[in-house]
Amino acid sequence: MAHLSPPSPAAAGPAKRSARPAKTPPEATGPGHTPPPGWHPRIDPAPLLPEPEPYRLLGTPAARDVDPALLRRLYEELVRGRRYNRQATALTQQGRLAVYPSSTGQEACQVAAALALRPQDWLFPSYRDTLAVVARGVDPVQALTLLRGDWHTGYDPRARHVAPLCTPLATQLPHAVGLAHAARLAGDDTVALALVGDGGTSEGDFHEALNFAAVWHAPVVFLIQNNGFAISVPLEKQTAAPSLAHKAVGYGMPGRLVDGNDAPAVHQVLSEAIERARTGGGPTLVEAVTYRIDAHTNADDATRYRDAVQVDQWRAHDPIDLLERELRDRDLIDDAELKAVAESAEALAARLREEMNADPVLDPMELFDHVYAEQTAQLREQAAQLRAELDAEEDR
Amino acid sequence: MSTATAPASAPAARKPATMAQALRQALHDALADDASVHVLGEDVGTLGGVFRITDGLTKEFGPDRVTDTPLAEAGILGTAVGMAMYGLRPVVEMQFDAFAYPAIEQLISHVARMRNRTRGAMPLPITIRIPYGGGIGGVEHHSDSSEAYYLHTPGLHVVTPATVADAYGLLRASIASDDPVVFLEPKRLYWSKADWSADAPQGVPPLGRAVVRRAGRSATLITYGPSLPVCLEAAEAGRQEGWDLEVVDLRSLVPFDDETVCDSVRRTGRAVVVHESSGFGGAGAEIAARITERCFHHLAAPVLRVAGFDIPYPPPMLERYHLPGVDRVLDAVARLQWEAN
Ligand SMILES: Cc1ncc(C[n+]2csc(CCOP(=O)(O)OP(=O)(O)O)c2C)c(N)n1
Ligand SMILES: [Mg+2]
Repeated sequence: MAHLSPPSPAAAGPAKRSARPAKTPPEATGPGHTPPPGWHPRIDPAPLLPEPEPYRLLGTPAARDVDPALLRRLYEELVRGRRYNRQATALTQQGRLAVYPSSTGQEACQVAAALALRPQDWLFPSYRDTLAVVARGVDPVQALTLLRGDWHTGYDPRARHVAPLCTPLATQLPHAVGLAHAARLAGDDTVALALVGDGGTSEGDFHEALNFAAVWHAPVVFLIQNNGFAISVPLEKQTAAPSLAHKAVGYGMPGRLVDGNDAPAVHQVLSEAIERARTGGGPTLVEAVTYRIDAHTNADDATRYRDAVQVDQWRAHDPIDLLERELRDRDLIDDAELKAVAESAEALAARLREEMNADPVLDPMELFDHVYAEQTAQLREQAAQLRAELDAEEDR
Repeated sequence: MSTATAPASAPAARKPATMAQALRQALHDALADDASVHVLGEDVGTLGGVFRITDGLTKEFGPDRVTDTPLAEAGILGTAVGMAMYGLRPVVEMQFDAFAYPAIEQLISHVARMRNRTRGAMPLPITIRIPYGGGIGGVEHHSDSSEAYYLHTPGLHVVTPATVADAYGLLRASIASDDPVVFLEPKRLYWSKADWSADAPQGVPPLGRAVVRRAGRSATLITYGPSLPVCLEAAEAGRQEGWDLEVVDLRSLVPFDDETVCDSVRRTGRAVVVHESSGFGGAGAEIAARITERCFHHLAAPVLRVAGFDIPYPPPMLERYHLPGVDRVLDAVARLQWEAN
């Protein structure tokens, strides 16, 4: 029975498949031996295939075609983003945040995602994407409301067209599809960009969302941040696909593969996908290859499942360093500008410290206010009970 | 609990209509009255749904309003969430009770709590229609009574009609509600008939209000959906035993109408809760507890439950042993400690 068990990924090594039998059937020798009735080729899969290796701009001649103003803008946001991540993680240690899933190392994806969108577009973040939310213009303190331990998202999703941070993995993806579909039906010029992790691609909702998006031709772009891990589980245990971007082909949408630490490359690939969606070209799946430099969250110990050598390799491919090198080598930024960027990041961190160190005012009675449009009789009773308990507490 | 108003038109002749026709009419009228209403589900378009509740609606309103989706329940409800976020009012059809389960995560983690977690900024006016219950000879997975899964989830309304008129009225009210509603359609009543006029449907009832279907003085039968006809029949049969039974149709399990239920039980002093889903951890357990908590001093006997057994829903050849029938209801009534009086 040994031949029935699948090869263990470790033993198999890099996928080496034996040659398959010829895929084109030989000519039929008798009458009636035709392809199954009703069968016909649907679409040509070749144009949907992703790049053979992650698309890059930085350090290539093509980087010269990118607007220097965009490069500087990306750089500033990357530096601010990294500082934000560091400050938020520090706040967990001071008990000011309940938990923080840091995106350090992934700032290029976060920032490029936010900057590629126009105001009328929508962002659908996962739980790790606070930075993208902030880069899109949501208040940096409000964006941390749930992670702080409060009961609500802290921002009105409609104000900046940013859906609530979403923790149940991949469940935000069908929301993005539905919103994009509704926008298309309304004839609006709106595109939805949905973020998901490599682990999230194994969820059923990932599959269903991509399938609906393609069938409905919805103006939606999916960005997978493949940071190598789902908590402790590496990509090899997550999928046997040639790449996550290849999954697009099975749904009938194009897949794109991009260096997730190359901010202008991510920005360009996303912008192209957004433009394609906007002009009626339907959805795109983008895989950005990146790395989670920090542990899964402040509560995680990454040394239990990965070695320092790998982390160091990725530190040498740091998104800020890569962009800074480009800017310096081409004299697109001077010391004064670099200093201004650093100061802007420090100011952001200082504001975060200051506002997060103030005790938030929470009213437990508000827990009953938004369960339904109108409070039910049962909730009114329960609210009265809590009110009485609070009053008794005050009297004590 | 917003209330839709029934279209005002001249009263037309009332003629027999089935619950299925009334449901279809409700969808039709909602689609006609409000451009933000969209119907989506498996086979709801060309086929008109496996129970024909959406018959002809795609033809009339077009495939963008009444949409055959890919076969994926989480995807159907998940995309409905996004559509509602954009301002639409989706009405989702789940093909059968047991086939709504793939959508449970979307339902619990998003549909039920989006209003709350956005502090009221993003309500989700989604109606999820689910044919439920047994008694139609369905093979396995086609006869579940799934209401308990839903009513345990704060943020959802759980509504179930038992009459032709309510099928129309409650569905209109559910679609008009700014909250998500799980709308459970008792499939064995789809073909039940009543005199009803599609042109002048009766007023739309508010969600969350029970109704006394039969007044009586000896004891109260509390029920909903597919078990209402059983209880009404039991009440008729009970006359021979000298019982004058009151029958309360809950219509909404959430919000729960404590007032109507307790008013009745305080008058009669005895109560039996009847439903076909399994008893343990079911709606009847909650209802019995609520009555006991609120009406204890009016009770002449413990509140009893008549429910399906705690077994996976049995095959069609055996389902009649599982479903509470008139005899089981009357047996429970007989156990209400009449001798103590
Ligand atoms: C449905 C679901 N299952 C499990 C979890 C617990 N969980 C939170 S994050 C995570 C790993 C996610 O990995 P990935 O999708 O790669 O995103 P990343 O954390 O790398 O950003 C898990 C298992 C969850 N949030 N949701
Ligand atoms: Mg990951």
